[in-house]
Parts: sequence; structure tokens; C-alpha cells
Amino acid sequence: MTPQTEPESAAALVFDTAQTPVQRVRSVLHRYPALSPAVVLLISVIVFGMLNERFLLPGNLSLITQQVAIVGTVALAQTLIILTAGIDLSVGTAMVLASMVMAVAASENGVAAPVALLMGLVVGLLSGLLNGMLVTKLRLPPFIVTLGTYSIFLALTLLYSKGSTVRGSDMPAIMTWTGKSFPVGGVSISYGVVIMFVMYVVMAWVLSTTAWGRHLYAVGDDPEAARLAGVRTTWVLRSVYISAGSIIAIAAWLQIGRTSAASPNAGADLNLDSITAVVIGGTSLFGGRGTVWGTLLGALIVGVFRNGLSLAGLDVLYQTLAVGILVIVAVSVDQWIRKAR
Amino acid sequence: MMNRQTKRLSGRHLLWKGVAAAAAAALTLTGCSNSGTDGATTGTSGATEDTEIGVSLILKTTTNPFFVAMQKGAEEAAATQGVNLTVAAGREDGDEDTQIQAIENAISRGDAGILITPSGQAVEEALIKARDAGLYVIALDTPPSSPDAVDITFATDNFLAGQLIGEWTASALDGGDAVIAMLDLFDDKVVSVDYARDQGFLTGMGIDVADPEVNGDEAKTGSYSGGNYTIVGNQATQGAEDGGRTAMELLLAQNPDVNVVYTINEPAAYGAKAALDAAGKTDVLIVSVDGGCAGVDGVASGVIGATSQQYPLKMAELGVAAIADLVRTGTTPDVTEGLTFFNTGVALVTDKPANGVESIDTAAGSAICWG
Amino acid sequence: MATTTASAANTAASKAEGATPVLTARGLVKTYGRVVGLDGVDLDLYAGEVLAIIGDNGAGKSTLVKCLTGAEIPDAGTIELDGKEVHFRRPEDAKEQGIEAVYQNLAVSPALDVASNLFLGREVRKPGVLGTVFRQLDIKKMRERTREELNRLGITTLQDVTVPIESLSGGQRQAVAVARAAAFGSKVVVLDEPTAALGVRESGQVLDLVRRLRDAGTPVILISHNMPQVFEVADRIHIQRLGRCAATITPTSHSRTEAVAIMTGAAEA
Repeated sequence: MTPQTEPESAAALVFDTAQTPVQRVRSVLHRYPALSPAVVLLISVIVFGMLNERFLLPGNLSLITQQVAIVGTVALAQTLIILTAGIDLSVGTAMVLASMVMAVAASENGVAAPVALLMGLVVGLLSGLLNGMLVTKLRLPPFIVTLGTYSIFLALTLLYSKGSTVRGSDMPAIMTWTGKSFPVGGVSISYGVVIMFVMYVVMAWVLSTTAWGRHLYAVGDDPEAARLAGVRTTWVLRSVYISAGSIIAIAAWLQIGRTSAASPNAGADLNLDSITAVVIGGTSLFGGRGTVWGTLLGALIVGVFRNGLSLAGLDVLYQTLAVGILVIVAVSVDQWIRKAR
Repeated sequence: MMNRQTKRLSGRHLLWKGVAAAAAAALTLTGCSNSGTDGATTGTSGATEDTEIGVSLILKTTTNPFFVAMQKGAEEAAATQGVNLTVAAGREDGDEDTQIQAIENAISRGDAGILITPSGQAVEEALIKARDAGLYVIALDTPPSSPDAVDITFATDNFLAGQLIGEWTASALDGGDAVIAMLDLFDDKVVSVDYARDQGFLTGMGIDVADPEVNGDEAKTGSYSGGNYTIVGNQATQGAEDGGRTAMELLLAQNPDVNVVYTINEPAAYGAKAALDAAGKTDVLIVSVDGGCAGVDGVASGVIGATSQQYPLKMAELGVAAIADLVRTGTTPDVTEGLTFFNTGVALVTDKPANGVESIDTAAGSAICWG
Repeated sequence: MATTTASAANTAASKAEGATPVLTARGLVKTYGRVVGLDGVDLDLYAGEVLAIIGDNGAGKSTLVKCLTGAEIPDAGTIELDGKEVHFRRPEDAKEQGIEAVYQNLAVSPALDVASNLFLGREVRKPGVLGTVFRQLDIKKMRERTREELNRLGITTLQDVTVPIESLSGGQRQAVAVARAAAFGSKVVVLDEPTAALGVRESGQVLDLVRRLRDAGTPVILISHNMPQVFEVADRIHIQRLGRCAATITPTSHSRTEAVAIMTGAAEA
């Protein structure tokens, strides 16, 4: 390989031209995908803080985290599934099913609280297993599978609960423990929020430092390439749905704590809300790209908008409008970032 | 390649500078506003400020004209009373999560009181928190299942509303057999307005209701005050027209001889009428509750035989006024004598008055209707 | 990693009568519904040689190779590795036995970086408890080994092993895919159209790599459409036609035009 003197490349001039600030921003966002939702969150906190001074009160900020805790947890499960290029429409009803099983067991059937919680976990695992088996064995698209299981879990919930809500006072204290708060330097943090945060830390760590995490991204990115490389794609997919199911069961416990009740009406739009958080957080619906931290930021952004607009005195319909616009903006920005050099 | 790498570094540098600046701005703002007490947890809501009285109106949905009327009444009252009104609503009937968030935001905002049509029992727990934080909570239209959830309820006597249309139906049947279709609100949750109207109607008909808080536990056949009856069944409508239509179709399929249809509200009644028309059935008595202007027109045109009119604007107006009074003069409203809530009134609207049942005609009904 | 045994001089010796082939396939059949992919193929691969597989489109080259590497399961026929019969149910089974492949679509995960792709499916864990109980990956070690492998194979244009593969040029991606096969292929390395998307200089680099692998003792199966390259680098040429082996020739026994004629059925072996 003899070195050759190459003529002046006209294209090289294009590469050498300084990138405009906009292009530089795009490059940075491309390297650190969680950065764009972080910036959006910061800006929105500042703006809402200026619109209403009560927004930045520690109590209100703590309230936002509590309002976001359940969507945040469910969105964590949704992130795992979306990373594998799947989607789960049944997350909401699966959570409610788990919560009703736990609550009815602990109240009416007099089961000890830890056992009741375990039962809820089992329900979550089984719901995830069902989804996972249908996706891998029957090779049905996750959208279709979870569309079906959404209704199945809903029906099971109504069958089991007969439409009635279980009050917190009828359940052992542990069931509603996640709603209790403890003071941290003048701000009250609920145990539920702490649990959510811990789960995020654990999941982020698992995804970045274990082979399973790598395989998850590989399967979402290009399942055939992953298979040929020797990744057990079927097992990875099933384990993802099962993991999601267990996270959802924990979300059920958080829900009972937050509302001090187990209601069959809860979480009606959790599936769409969790997908919204994931998308705003920068994870691609096509799989293989995204971070769990992005999802947490996405959930916080939605919570901040809802709370901030409400404090500014605007009706709920503006909150809904804002969230819709956020989603479209988030996906557009994501597409733009991808074009970065 | 090397060129691009250095540029990437400087781009990153620029962005971190921007982020740091934004973070500094946020911190200074937090410092500025964090002046002493945390207003969200102590109960000194709007009471100390003598100009700003904040009231939250939290509805079930904004797609039902009944709640839209409530909103209108509240907004008018807020304007005259000088009250800051924030309106929130669930995304659909039964959406508890949005209502819970709205309650929390009301506490956070420092409102003086909340007017709410609760979507379910989980909401009531949040209302208790609001009361603990010092807000005055008034339930509109739907009394809560747990009495500690609210300070007082402003509502229609839904049982009476049902009774009036039941008595009217019994009279209108003139001794004939009744084949009754019951179009309720929900079948997957239990709400007081649902069983109150349903059981009120049956009681007005003279039918034994077994448990007055449970729909559908009555004997399927028996006798009513004027003759024999058969109940075909109960179906849920979600209080909407499409639900009403589907429910009616299902019941017609079970027994095509339906001649009496009880409907939870007028949208459900329109849906039922559409189903009956499609099946070619003409001689059917449809009764309902609500008395909105559209519903009164329905009575005038003969779609609905009789409807019990209620006054949501009045509920909301009285609610806003009550909270304003509380803040300004410290007086709290009282319940109506003999009832556990404040009765905002109900009247039977029909153009075919029945013996022994007081009613007003549609002209009078139109004058005071809502929506 | 690749073993260093016989040099090129031994190649001719091992191809002599009586030497056991490293890889043998007899009577391989593969059908897809009513379409016949392989119609009873025989193949031999000897140590230290480059065996090129050529054939027209649809002759069954990729299918043959996929059966040898576990990416497809043949409907009938046997495969022997080092004289022992093997049944590959999935790609990992073949990899465990030391057969590595670079498929036509490269089989790299675009979003993952170079080092992650090299070790995809056989990630290295940290020693001790961290690795076994907590399943922690030794990312630093994997990156170091990736750089070593790339250097060993003479791939010098790739400096940063932490960039996502999608940001690399086609030639660089190919290099990573070949490096992966070369790094772990201890018995056989299979390359399906490795120079199809490459320019002249990069193709030359890949062919150098192929020769280096052979000289280090690893036999290479090479599928190619490019006759000049085949005749330049192959020791033997397996001609695939209509799902069967039409003939096995060498660059010296037949000319290019004769090989093409056998390939298209215009002539017999």
C-alpha cells in the first residue's frame, strides 16, 4: 500500500467548514441522547417558575414527583419493551389487575400484607409472561398482542373486583406505605418516589453494564443481526416482557399508596401516558436507541407541564393540548438529531 | 476526522455553558420564591389574602352538557363574586387520576375551596387530604360514598327525581302490562346517582327494590302499582348516546316487547330512541332525568315522555357563592331539612300530566332549563 | 482466538489424498416450501486453504453457507467437523465449535459500538463475584482486545472503537465484521460476498486479510461473484449450480471462462 498524494478534495472543504452553532448543538445531542429532554425540563421549570411563584415551592416540586411516580414507573417498563422495537398497550390494565388482586387479597380475604404484595408481583410476572409468549411463540406483533391482553386484563380486573374500590383503611398499613412521606431538609419525599428512583438506577446500571442490556439493544436494533451473532433473541424478548411485568406490579403498589385506595378505574390512560413519556425522553419507537433516564425526564416534563399550566390557572384542556404538542415536537427533534454528522 | 472532533468538543463546551447558565437562573428563582413557609402543606390557603379567592371546579368530563352547564353557572358566579375559578375535568366519565391531580394542584395553588363531581371512590381519599389542608370541599350533583370526603353536598334529590318519573310512568300505563328496560349509567362501578335514580324510578312504579343501593337485584316479574311488570334487564350506557343505543339494542334483542324505557339521562334516552326507531317500535314510553334544554325539547317533540329536571347551574352558582361567603364572612352552608345534602330542587317536565304527580309543562321547563 | 499452526507451505500437503478435511458436508438438502434451495450438496474444506464458492444467483451459495454455520437447519444431509458429525441448531452451536461467519448483511448492530459488536453474544465479564453474581461486563478489557484484534489484522483506519457502527463507512463496517469472524473463528471462517460493497483498495485489504488468515492456519470459505478476486486468492473453487455442486476446480486446472461456463451450465466440469 504505497502512500498516494491525493488531489485537493472539494468535499473536504465541506467537512472542514466550521459547523454552525445549530449543527454543533445537534452533534452534541446526537452523542448524548438524554441531553435534549434534560434541557427541555430545565427550561420548562424556569418558565413555569416565572409564571407562578408557587410553582417552585419545594412542596409543589415534591408534589410533581409524586404525581409522576406511577407513570414514571410504568414508563420504565414501557422503555424496556420499546427498546426491543415492541410496544405494550396493556401496561395500564395489567397494573390495575395487580393492584386489585393485592388489595382484595389483603382486605377481603385477610391475606397477610407481604403475601398480598407477592401475589401482586406474581400477577405482574404472569401478565408479562403472557405477553412475552404470545409475541415470541406466535410471532404476533406486540401492538396486536398487547391490544388483546389490554382487554383481557381489564375484564379480569372487573371480574375480580366486581367494580368496587378497596379503601386504604381496609388494608394493612404496608399496602399504603408507598404513599407515606418523610422529610428531607424541609421537603417531603414519598417512599414511592424513592422506590421509583431506585428502580431507574438499577435498570440503567443493568442496561449499561450487563450482557443482557447489550442484547436488549441489539435485538431492538436488528433482530436478525443479533440472532446471527449468537444472541438468544427469543429468550431476551421473553425476559424483557417478564421484567416489565414485575416493574408494573411494583407500580401497582405505588398506585395504592398514592391514592390510598385500589380502584378499578385507575390508570385508564397509563398505556398512552407511558408511551408519551418514553417518546419525549428520546427513545426511538423503532427500537435499539434510547435511555431509561430519558424516559424519567420525559415523565417529569409531562408532570411539570400539567402542574405548571394548572397553577397558571389554565383549564385541563390546555394541559392535554400541551402534552400533544410536546410529543410531536419531541419526535421531530429526535429525527433532526439523527441527521447529525 | 480530526477537525470534526475538535469542533464536537467546542460544541459540547458551548452547550454545557448554556446548561450551567440555565441551572444558575433556576436556582436563583427558587431562592427568590422560597420565602419562608411551604404554602402547599400548611392550611393558610387563600384565606389571608382579601382580594384573591381561588375556587377549583372539578368535573367528571366536559363532554356532557350537564357538566358544561355547571361550568357556565360557576363561571358566571365567579365573575359576579370576584372569584378566581380554575376548571378541571377528567378525560372521560370514570377518570379518577385527572381529578386527583386537579385536587392536589388546587391545594398547591392555595385555593379556598373545591367544587367537585367525584368520579369514584379513589378521588374521595384525595378530597380528605384537601379538607385536611384547610380547603372547603363541596360535592356537586353526586354525593360521595364516604361522608368525610366533603364538607357538604349540593345536589338534586336523585331518588326523588327517579320517583317522579316512576310515578308518572305507572299512571301513563293506565293499568297495562309493563315490559321495562333499565338503561343505567355503569355496570363496572357503583355510583350513587346511578342507583338513586334507578331505584327511585322503580319505587315510583310501586316495584319492590330489594336493596335500594343495588341496581338489578329486583324480581324480574311481579306487579307494579297499576298492573303486572316484567323487567327485561339492566344495561350500562356510560351516560352517552352511543352507549344508550347499544344498551337498548341489547335489551330489545332479549325481549322485543319492551314498552317502558328508564334512562339515566337524556343523551342515553336519545340513543335508546334511535335504537327503537331502527327496530320499528313506536309505542314506547321513554323517561329520563336531567331537564336540559335539549331534553325539554325532546319531551316537547315526544321523544321523551317525561323527564325530571334538575338545576346544575344553580348547584354551581350556589357552590361558588358559598365558598366566597365562607372566606368573607365565615358562614358555612347548611343541608336542607330532612336530607343529608342541600337540595337544589327537581321538577317533573311533561306535556302529558299524570294524576297525582305534580309537573310543569315544556314551556315552563324551557324557561328554566340549562344547556 | 485464531490459532497459529501450519503455514502456507503445508496447504498443498494437506490437500493430498488421505488428508482429513476440516469440514465436510454430504447430501445437504434445504427446501423453503416448494422452492428447493439445496438439492444434495457435497463440500470439503481442508486445513490451511481458501475455498471459494461461486455460482449464479439462486444457485444456493448463501443457503449452503448458512447450513454450515447454523443460521439455517438443513432438511437432510450430514455435516462433519474434524471427522465428527455435528448438528447445528442455531448460530451459537457453530460458533462454539469454532465456525465463524460474515453474512451478506454483515449482521452488525448499527447502534452499538465497534467493541460491543465484536463481542456481541460472547461478552466478557469481570472476574470474580462481580462477573458471576452481578453479571458485570468488563468493558475496558473488551475494548482493549478489540483494538488488538483490529491491529493484528492490519485494520488501521479504525482508531476509535467506541463509535457506533452506523457512523462508519461501508468498508470499515466490513472490516469490523471480518475482524469479528477472524477473532473468534478458530476452525473455519466463512465470508459471504465480503467485497461486494467495497472499492478496489478496500477489497484488496480484505483479500490480504483472507490470505493472512489462511497463512495463520485457519481455512476460509469465500463466496464471491468477483472472478478476478476468486482466481487471485482461492486455492480451490467449489462451483454451485441449481442447488448442487457442479464441480470443484482450482485456479490452475481451469480458466476463468471455463469456470463461468460450468457455473451457467454451458459446459460440464
